[in-house]
Amino acid sequence: MTTTTTTTTPVLQAKGLTKRYGRVIALESGDLELYPGEILAVIGDNGAGKTSLIKALSGALIPDSGEIFLDGVPVHFRSPMEAREVGIETVYQTLAVSPGLDIADNLFLGREERKPGVLGSVFRMLDRKRMREEARRHMSELGIGTLQNIGQAVESLSGGQRQAVAVARSAAFGSKVVILDEPTAALGVKESNRVLQLIRDVRARGLPVILISHNMPHVFEVADRIHIQRLGRRATVITPKSHSMSEAVAIMTGAAAPPPRVA
Amino acid sequence: MSSKSPPDGAHRVATAATEPEPAPDFESGHDDSLGLRVQHVLHGNPVLGPLAVLLVAIVAFSLVNTRFFSAPNLSLVLAQVTVIAVLALGQTLIILTAGIDLSVGAVAVFSSILMANFATKLGMPGVLALILGLICGTVMGAINGFLVTRIKLPPFIVTLGTLTIFFSLNAVVSQSETVRGSDMPSLMTWTGTTIPIGGFRLTYGSLIMLALFAYFFYALRSTAWGKHVYATGDDVESARLAGIRTSRVLFSVYTVAGLLYAVGGWILIGRLASASPNVGVDYNLDSITAVVLGGTSLFGGRGSVLGTLIGALIVGVFRNGLQLGGVEVVWQGFAIGLLVLVAVSLDQWIRKVKT
Repeated sequence: MTTTTTTTTPVLQAKGLTKRYGRVIALESGDLELYPGEILAVIGDNGAGKTSLIKALSGALIPDSGEIFLDGVPVHFRSPMEAREVGIETVYQTLAVSPGLDIADNLFLGREERKPGVLGSVFRMLDRKRMREEARRHMSELGIGTLQNIGQAVESLSGGQRQAVAVARSAAFGSKVVILDEPTAALGVKESNRVLQLIRDVRARGLPVILISHNMPHVFEVADRIHIQRLGRRATVITPKSHSMSEAVAIMTGAAAPPPRVA
Repeated sequence: MSSKSPPDGAHRVATAATEPEPAPDFESGHDDSLGLRVQHVLHGNPVLGPLAVLLVAIVAFSLVNTRFFSAPNLSLVLAQVTVIAVLALGQTLIILTAGIDLSVGAVAVFSSILMANFATKLGMPGVLALILGLICGTVMGAINGFLVTRIKLPPFIVTLGTLTIFFSLNAVVSQSETVRGSDMPSLMTWTGTTIPIGGFRLTYGSLIMLALFAYFFYALRSTAWGKHVYATGDDVESARLAGIRTSRVLFSVYTVAGLLYAVGGWILIGRLASASPNVGVDYNLDSITAVVLGGTSLFGGRGSVLGTLIGALIVGVFRNGLQLGGVEVVWQGFAIGLLVLVAVSLDQWIRKVKT
């Protein structure tokens, strides 16, 4: 994906998004382009506006002004639900899994499937068998078939496995974009590697991914392009090949002037 | 309490409190691994603990007084438990969402007074009075739900306020007068009529209660609404981000609970053969007690209506058994209070389970 050209329409594009909280400007001019089949990392110091930018893209925040385009068509999200209805799935830092429910329930939470016929329409009975089979299929498609029991409560899983459930859910239902907010922040080395592999698997299935992370080695390992956010706007976009980690950090913190966009 | 040294305090108290007789050390082992195993089993099957307590209590009380395990007495226990069980069912739904409802008793009694007065003072037919009374209870629940979800007040404060308001309105409407069952249409007191099954006498009220438990057992386990109730109670923010309209779920829970309390009020009329504005003060705490004894966590997201049914039966069995055993009323409260504390400690301990 190093040869991003202007001829390709971005899957997801933000133009001039702004968000103010009183006098505080969280996002001054939020621009972003996500192209088909790529992993775009978004990095930035605390308060650079990356969370506001991502929230606007996933419907969790309504920007004061600016535009969002999905496949070139302008869209306006008023809730996370509206964003996911058009195929943008987000895995939030807080994971958004319900610890007490099992893996299958979590995967289908908010879009449960009912049994066909009278049982489903009148008695509103859930089709647990089918949901479990589907859940098992989704999990093994992403190479996380090691979980023996799909009926296991999520709270009994390790941090990495929980993250895997959340990623599997977004990959299973996201038809356009998957947004991952700090997916490796709470994980150990081994678990992080599995999640990074999971992210590549999602890309391999044709879904572009936006990855927000503070972890430079992880960003440089999986990202195709790196969007650097600084002081409420996009400073530049680099690639892991064009710049080193320390250069990226320098741009991010303002120690170095942002180079022109290379990608 | 026994002089043995089990590894964990909570369990020792649990066994001791359920039995007036010297406690056999049937659960708490002498090494940590057994204790941990018990913890795991209870974590996976939270109904097992309450069920064990209930069975042990029944056996113990039967040994103390042979009259306890007789058909007439068990019929009495079930009849006594019925109203509390229905109220506790509504309370369970609310506690599953990490809320609490202090207005249970007020809604139930006020609904029963409204029904009775619709039928007598306003001369409505029984069916109409009943339906209107049930609607009134539902509206009271909806008011709680509105205040919790729209004004975003803590459930404790909301229901503390509505408790006082509903009791006050109750006094105004009833003019502190009891309506006698004989003055009401027969439908009002129908819930108290019994069906003999052998020596056992089952009331229609108890049948309604069991049917409601069966229905909500199904609704919580096998419908999307049930999953959403658990998810909302487990972690409201996670549930919202997962796309659940948590406000709507909460509102539905408070509203449905109001309807259940009104049904409880109807059953209460049958039980007392009258509608009295002066009962129901104990119902708040009794319903919460039943829920907690049944293993439903006050922190939300965990528990079952099956547990609540067992919890209500535990309360009924204890009150009745202690009475038959010649324990004074004042000490019955003591024993039940102790049971609640043990149940909550147990809940905390089970939650700490490590995998």
